[in-house]
Amino acid sequence: MSLRIVVTVKYVPDATGDRHFADDLTVDRDDVDGLLSELDEYAVEQALQIADEADDAEITVLTVGPEDAKDALRKALSMGADKAIHVEDDDLHGTDAIGTSLVLAKAIEKAGYDLVISGMASTDGTAGIVPALLAERLGVPQVTLLSEVSVEDGVVKGRRDGDSASEQLEASLPAVVSVTDQSGEARYPSFKGIMAAKKKPVESWDLEDLEIEADEVGLEGAWTKVDSATERPARTAGTIVKDEGEGGKQLAEFLAGQKFI
Amino acid sequence: MAEVLVYVDHVDGAVRKPTLELLTLARRIGEPVAVALGSGAEATAPALAEHGAVKVLTHDAAEYADYLVVPKVDALQAAYEAVSPAAVLVPSSAEGKEIAARLAIRIGSGIITDATDLEAGDEGPVATQSAFAASFTTKSRVAKGTPVITVKPNSAAVEAAPAAGAVEALAVSFSEKATGTKVTARTPRESTGRPELTEAAIVVSGGRGVNGAENFSIIENLADSLGAAVGASRAAVDAGWYPHTNQVGQTGKSVSPQLYIASGISGAIQHRAGMQTSKTIVAINKDAEAPIFDLVDYGVVGDLFEVVPQLTEEIKTRKG
Repeated sequence: MSLRIVVTVKYVPDATGDRHFADDLTVDRDDVDGLLSELDEYAVEQALQIADEADDAEITVLTVGPEDAKDALRKALSMGADKAIHVEDDDLHGTDAIGTSLVLAKAIEKAGYDLVISGMASTDGTAGIVPALLAERLGVPQVTLLSEVSVEDGVVKGRRDGDSASEQLEASLPAVVSVTDQSGEARYPSFKGIMAAKKKPVESWDLEDLEIEADEVGLEGAWTKVDSATERPARTAGTIVKDEGEGGKQLAEFLAGQKFI
Repeated sequence: MAEVLVYVDHVDGAVRKPTLELLTLARRIGEPVAVALGSGAEATAPALAEHGAVKVLTHDAAEYADYLVVPKVDALQAAYEAVSPAAVLVPSSAEGKEIAARLAIRIGSGIITDATDLEAGDEGPVATQSAFAASFTTKSRVAKGTPVITVKPNSAAVEAAPAAGAVEALAVSFSEKATGTKVTARTPRESTGRPELTEAAIVVSGGRGVNGAENFSIIENLADSLGAAVGASRAAVDAGWYPHTNQVGQTGKSVSPQLYIASGISGAIQHRAGMQTSKTIVAINKDAEAPIFDLVDYGVVGDLFEVVPQLTEEIKTRKG
């Protein structure tokens, strides 16, 4: 039977752009170009490698987001994923991590899956909790933050490098996996891949398709509330000296003045 | 007074500093009740009592080491049900965030991650967070259920506040899901003898300019002269010059020390995201146009192979 892989991806504002908050304190997505979160490219890459090793596999990329989020799906399709699902609904605006995990979990169940692969975190929210939330909601093993992953005979294995130890993990499918940026560089879409992606199916689902009530998600339904967002004041300009042979000593003098020595 | 659950991060009974910081924050909201799990759990009690824990709930079982995350979620949920706290605070480690997230789903609560400060508020605890590579500061609260909040290291001072710290055994029955992900092998990381990167008062980092694994000894020597932790930029880590566990930046650690010294680091957004909340920032870089100089309190435009050893020598001389 075919190995059904669902890769969750997020469309995020470009980190090199001037990211800011909209008036309702959600992430402003209008003024900054968006793209597939870089950390999700690693998830797509590992899915492709696992699919290559399997006799028969199908990769579905799944995103929750506004109209433009299709760009993220197209990128993943051009890298080699087979099909895509876009969950889009006006009532989703302002949904937080708990709400997003509800939508993703319902969509994953509706799509059917043996293996879910996510990135380690998004590059905008950066919390990194969605994979654990998905495992909890789906009631399947969580095999997260892997820098190495493989699937064989219905078992997923991987290496999780923590601060105090490196662990080898093992779980039976179905399971939720997340991979780090140490898992292996993501491939660039080839010209052929980009052309092929244009013909690959992208399904659109809304909240009704997933049997989710509008008040369970969105800004009003959010489990957390942002009261204020303040731009951090620019750091005041410091002293910059050119090293003329005494740079190290001058720096030591500064550090001593600040009581660090 | 309301009780606040504090999840304890410890190594065989030695409580790690971020947990003591959590106790400082917990005392702003209520009476801290600590939850310590695994080998050495009971040994955490004296340190926790000294810093304000009125109770220490403990439980040890092989499952905590043998299976990933879920046994700890089961135990924290048991503690939650036993105490009915006003909030649950967890250290913002990779594992801490996963435990907190799963607990939030189970108890029907919202979650805030990576808080850098916490105050009591009329509608529950108000958490401060950094957003968009620390270019914004937000204040948020949990709107549904009992607030579950993870807090980053260095978010509060460790304060002595002696309390009873009475040890109580926590009754835990593991769920069917607890044994879903087996830990088949564990290789402890060798200690470098240097402070933990996220907890250190001073961090000395090297980047592309260090130009080779063998040259990182220059960075390490400077760090050792200051009793500092060693960090590395993504460029240096990707090149294989220094371990990923030392990476500072968006996909590595985010640090907020009293002093951050960047050597041979240009200061790309990916790096700035992990260090720009540092109190004092110092940089050494050949390129006067490097963006890191926009952040610094003091910068030296020069060759790090000249400047850093001279700085190290001068520090050693001054320290006698």
